[in-house]
Amino acid sequence: MKALLLRDVRLAIRAGGGFGLGLAFFLLVAVLVPLGVGPEPATLAKIAPGILWVGALLACLLSLDRIFALDFEDGSLDLLATAPIPLEGVVAIKAFAHWLVTGLPLTLVAPVLAVLLNLPGPGYLWLVVSLLAGTPALSVIGAFGAALVVGVKRGGLLLSLLVLPLYVPTLIFGAEVVKRGASGTEVSVPLLLLAGITAGAVALLPFAAAAALRVNLR
Amino acid sequence: MMPDLGRYAVAVLSSYGASLAMLVALVALTWWRGARVKRQLAEVEARQARATKGEP
Amino acid sequence: MSLWEYANPKKFMQVSAGVLPWMAGLTGLCLGVGLIWGFFFTPDDFRQGSTVKIIFLHVPSAMMAINAWVMMLVASLIWLVRRHHVSALAARAAAPVGLTFTAIALVTGALWGQPMWGTWWAWDPRLTAFLILALFYLGYIALWQAVEDPDTAADLTAVMCMVGSVFALLSRYAVKFWNQGLHQDSTILKVGEKDPIAPVFYVPLVVCIFGFVLLFVALVLMRTRTEIRARRLSALLARERLA
Repeated sequence: MKALLLRDVRLAIRAGGGFGLGLAFFLLVAVLVPLGVGPEPATLAKIAPGILWVGALLACLLSLDRIFALDFEDGSLDLLATAPIPLEGVVAIKAFAHWLVTGLPLTLVAPVLAVLLNLPGPGYLWLVVSLLAGTPALSVIGAFGAALVVGVKRGGLLLSLLVLPLYVPTLIFGAEVVKRGASGTEVSVPLLLLAGITAGAVALLPFAAAAALRVNLR
Repeated sequence: MMPDLGRYAVAVLSSYGASLAMLVALVALTWWRGARVKRQLAEVEARQARATKGEP
Repeated sequence: MSLWEYANPKKFMQVSAGVLPWMAGLTGLCLGVGLIWGFFFTPDDFRQGSTVKIIFLHVPSAMMAINAWVMMLVASLIWLVRRHHVSALAARAAAPVGLTFTAIALVTGALWGQPMWGTWWAWDPRLTAFLILALFYLGYIALWQAVEDPDTAADLTAVMCMVGSVFALLSRYAVKFWNQGLHQDSTILKVGEKDPIAPVFYVPLVVCIFGFVLLFVALVLMRTRTEIRARRLSALLARERLA
């Protein structure tokens, strides 16, 4: 299991694909939005939580199709399916690897980009906390979506259509945490709900994703 | 016959118009595809029936 | 005599061929009576004016938009558990119908909201949840069309429908949390309580609801028949290519 994790992380970093791309995209969003909206600090401060969360979500989406597609094409997914680890475990590990190379870096650079968007002071802590609590759900939900479309040629657009509606609850609660944190109000309710969704998704979706993979490998 | 819709006539009429148009389009599409598939199936079945009869 | 007999495609085709004309006639009758009654023979509401007539389209389509998804969920579960092809095809057949109903609910809602709330669209929980429901329908339909092998497509869409149902519910409560709404509560089941819907509107509304239910069933039957024929057609064509 550890070997699989290391292999996935190494592939993601070395192939130069998903790793840098997502971060660059996140940076671009944070740069383009003020250019479109205008430079007034008050406006930016108001929309910063939402923009940062939407940016993180879209950046996460970019590298989703790589979770299974490459392994499906070269046949190593068939090997993994017959390996001694259950397929559910493979899905969970791959989602974890995806989180390590996208969700975690996104969380770490988010405060820097928040400076560009003029996020109010108390919001920084909650931005990091909410992204830490929320991005694992993004990776697991994304892994489920990727498992659904793994057999489809050029499934990228379809993947976004399937996955983005599933991201809605995470986005709502995540952005709400930051919004409330930035204005200095109570954050525990949305934060707990966000963490609850993540916990539920991490616990249950690997089973659904593994079922979808088995169908696709049939 | 036409009821007096007052100042909301546009909203009411366009709701009825748009909804009925969508429903009619849905029914028409269902009908049209149903008829087409039925015809194609009949053609293929007839062709295959001829083919199996002609073979032996 | 068991319910599952109707899962046999041949039996289903026989029975549905007999039922369908009656169903279609009854649908036409119910919708015709309900909508004409609603449009021509109901008074104006003292606050909403004539826009109250939109309710006869809005409420039934919104109800059926949700019920259609529930029906797809049940059909998907039956497919996953008992592997009846008719069930999977019925779920596929219901999706475009559900999407159309969702669209009708959204459009009529916008047209009603413009004069009443002063805006076409508000990010109200109910409205937002419906928009998200429409996205789920789109994704479901797109997945059916994208996967070539029919059984694989049926399995994948069934799994997607189950997971989607959970997330659709979550989204519903998430948006409720996110914004307090403009949309009034449903009054359909509140007859006998305070502030119920007036009987002048209630009776034609119930007729319209029946009409929409019948319309849904009739359309799903028609579309399922078409899907069964299409499946047989592609099987025959495949056999021809092999020969």
